[in-house]
Amino acid sequence: MQIDYFYPEYEVVRNKEKCTRCGLCVSQCSNHVHSYSEEHRRMITDDAKCVNCHRCVCVCPVGALKITGSNHQFKHNANWSRRTIMEIYSQAETGGVLLSSMGNPKDMPVYWDKILINASQVTNPSIDPLREPMETKVFLGSKPASIERDENGRIRNNLPPHIALDVPILFSAMSYGSISLNAHASLVHAAVDLGTCYNSGEGGLHDDFYRYSANTIIQVASGRFGVHKEYLEAGAAIEIKMGQGAKPGIGGHLPGNKIVGEISKTRMIPEGSDAISPAPHHDIYSIEDLRQLVYSLKEATGYKKPIIVKVAAVHNIASIASGIARSGADIIALDGFRGGTGAAPTRIRDNVGIPIELALASVDERLRQEGIRGNVSLIAGGSIRNSADVVKALALGADAVYIATGALVALGCHLCRGCHSGTCNWGIATQDPALVSRLDPEEGRRRLVNLVSAWTHEIKEMMGGMGINSIEALTGNRLMLRGVGLNAKELEVLGIMHAGE
Amino acid sequence: MNKEGQIRIPSGCAISGIFSRSGSRFDGERIIKSISTMHDRSNGLGGGFAGYGIYPDYKDYYAFHIFYDSTAAKEECEKLLDRRFDIINLSKIPTRKTNRITDEPLIWRYFVTPLPTKLSESQLDEDEFTTRCVIHINTKVPGAYVFSSGKNMGVFKAVGFPEDVGYFYRLEDYEGHCWTAHGRYPTNTPGWWGGAHPFALRDFSIVHNGEISSYDTNRRYIEMFGYRCTLLTDTEVITYIVDFLLRKRGLTLEETAQVIAAPFWSTIEKKPPEEQEILTYLRNTFSSLLITGPFSVLLGFSGGIMALNDRLKLRSMVIGEKDDMVYLASEECAIRVIAPELDRFWSPKGGEPAIFTLNGGENHAD
Repeated sequence: MQIDYFYPEYEVVRNKEKCTRCGLCVSQCSNHVHSYSEEHRRMITDDAKCVNCHRCVCVCPVGALKITGSNHQFKHNANWSRRTIMEIYSQAETGGVLLSSMGNPKDMPVYWDKILINASQVTNPSIDPLREPMETKVFLGSKPASIERDENGRIRNNLPPHIALDVPILFSAMSYGSISLNAHASLVHAAVDLGTCYNSGEGGLHDDFYRYSANTIIQVASGRFGVHKEYLEAGAAIEIKMGQGAKPGIGGHLPGNKIVGEISKTRMIPEGSDAISPAPHHDIYSIEDLRQLVYSLKEATGYKKPIIVKVAAVHNIASIASGIARSGADIIALDGFRGGTGAAPTRIRDNVGIPIELALASVDERLRQEGIRGNVSLIAGGSIRNSADVVKALALGADAVYIATGALVALGCHLCRGCHSGTCNWGIATQDPALVSRLDPEEGRRRLVNLVSAWTHEIKEMMGGMGINSIEALTGNRLMLRGVGLNAKELEVLGIMHAGE
Repeated sequence: MNKEGQIRIPSGCAISGIFSRSGSRFDGERIIKSISTMHDRSNGLGGGFAGYGIYPDYKDYYAFHIFYDSTAAKEECEKLLDRRFDIINLSKIPTRKTNRITDEPLIWRYFVTPLPTKLSESQLDEDEFTTRCVIHINTKVPGAYVFSSGKNMGVFKAVGFPEDVGYFYRLEDYEGHCWTAHGRYPTNTPGWWGGAHPFALRDFSIVHNGEISSYDTNRRYIEMFGYRCTLLTDTEVITYIVDFLLRKRGLTLEETAQVIAAPFWSTIEKKPPEEQEILTYLRNTFSSLLITGPFSVLLGFSGGIMALNDRLKLRSMVIGEKDDMVYLASEECAIRVIAPELDRFWSPKGGEPAIFTLNGGENHAD
């Protein structure tokens, strides 16, 4: 008898009439769910091992497989859910911290879905993006506070360093190690094609990617993995990772089983050792220390690159952002609590931080109240799921958005939330060469370019509907938004009116 | 019903302007005739005029035109003025009764100059001191509204059709070298006098036809610099943007136009590298001051007038020239009615400013 035995959460359902016993599901499942019994001459499935990643379903040439939730259940209890009880069994058995991957799956408010976008009618013409120019180019960086002129009266170009993007969408940080080389290759090539940037994440930069510096943001995190002078110079911008929406208050965690070969070399740490970034940067215990790191990085790179400070959305995010905007940083990246991760303690992922919509709105408003919004550009991330989310984020005050989970889904991720296991069947969150080879970087590039291009078309349609033909006239344009089903306090924080007002 | 400032009210409009490059002065009858030709572009809920060069005897003093809802508001406002300014002259603005203009507030005019002690104490220049005072009155003194505050210029506006507003204010008694006019077609207003146009801040006055889609982006940016958009109208925010770019940032009129009606990136790419750099610089630095959506604007200022359309020219605007006179209007008829024979007549392109200044000024419209 086992106290914590529980009938599996998922059932693999095989249509025996369709199945040809070709064995593809057996070879494709890294979790060993499928096997073929010579003795009984039949396919066997071990449902308990299934993570519901749909790999076998997608590869089955005859469509014989599907995964369903099992209907085995505890006695109904609104307070003690299945998940809650199972977590207790697990912790009672192991004494360990619960680990999870990807974004917070709990039923928390998604404000994007309670915000609606405006369109022109009668008094103001909508603009047709098929017939008129519709501009999506954005610059990220600090704006000069005054105009300087040379002796001939010509304006002197005193702009601090910027990154210029053709679309207001960047790929967010995912380290080499947490995701595969092929996933990185897909992202960087897509960024080149799209005229935007991808982000190295905190694991250093693989040798193959140094040549794409114009489309690369390199990250410096508390572990300082893979950081050296050439690395700092290899990006269009440098991002200091102070926090991550999925796990505010703690550092990154890459299990030793993913630290192999090239990853060990790139991170500059021994093979098999866990890569655990400290919770704080040990040279940043206060805002003035951040300023010193910002300027250290600027000194190291000759003041040629904008510095991004990425922070997790927490309760006092507006004050934090205000401090950062006065620290010499050029860009602030805000990461909301629904943002993804390759591994995080479950309790932290699900309970720490605040939604990006509220964080973004309060930061943008605070910076304006203090007259320092021009000091920095804002990038919002932490679950931007589609083009409407992008439009709403920009109208709330972002200059651009970060996407990561959406990009991985485009590469084949089915959100099984098992990244920390290292056995990703889609070749994304794994370092097993056989699994990695399943992700074709050229196909990945094509799909990412398609995704962002499609979103850009949709963004242009929505902009045109509002009568806006350049993306900068959308940033902070909250009058274009209305809330539905939100209370007065939520509307006040978001700085928008209710629908019908 | 909410008035301007409590709710954003879109309007369609008619605009017209007359400018003498030689500085010769003429009374307000011609501008009334011009704007009244476009009667159908207004709906009787707002009309107004701005005249430049109309107060030569007081040309060194700020001329405040103020609406008061009550004598109490007047007393409070005058106390405030007294503390900060030397009041050289004050009087009711002369008006003429007409049954087409009703419910008028108290309308007063003051010629003032900042008290030297207050000015030096403030560490501001005269213009900024005066601007802040105007914004202070308009946001903090209930029932008082300064609707004109420039030197040697004045705004006259009311709820009504523009031709009736001109009659009401006896504009035939004023002579100026530049006049602009506005007929308003708001889609939603209780008819508040302060909400009529032109909108003016010191010597900048704006008449505008359009509905800008970038409104909140522009408003939230400009409010970082001490401006308060109390009326929530396009005209107000455009005036503040112009004041900010010209006065606080020291841009030229052309550069200002390149910010608010910036050329498309595809246009910028075709320019020579030096010009590209400046245009890119301006678009990047002042990205939040790009104005999108339809507009045609006449900006009056001391010594000149600028006409500007949105980048796509989504609102009509034409210009005619005859000798030293320049005529600018929403429709050709409003020009031909006062100047049938023209030396030149054209429609400026979207985003390309037409600038006319006194004493043989420039013209960038070609």
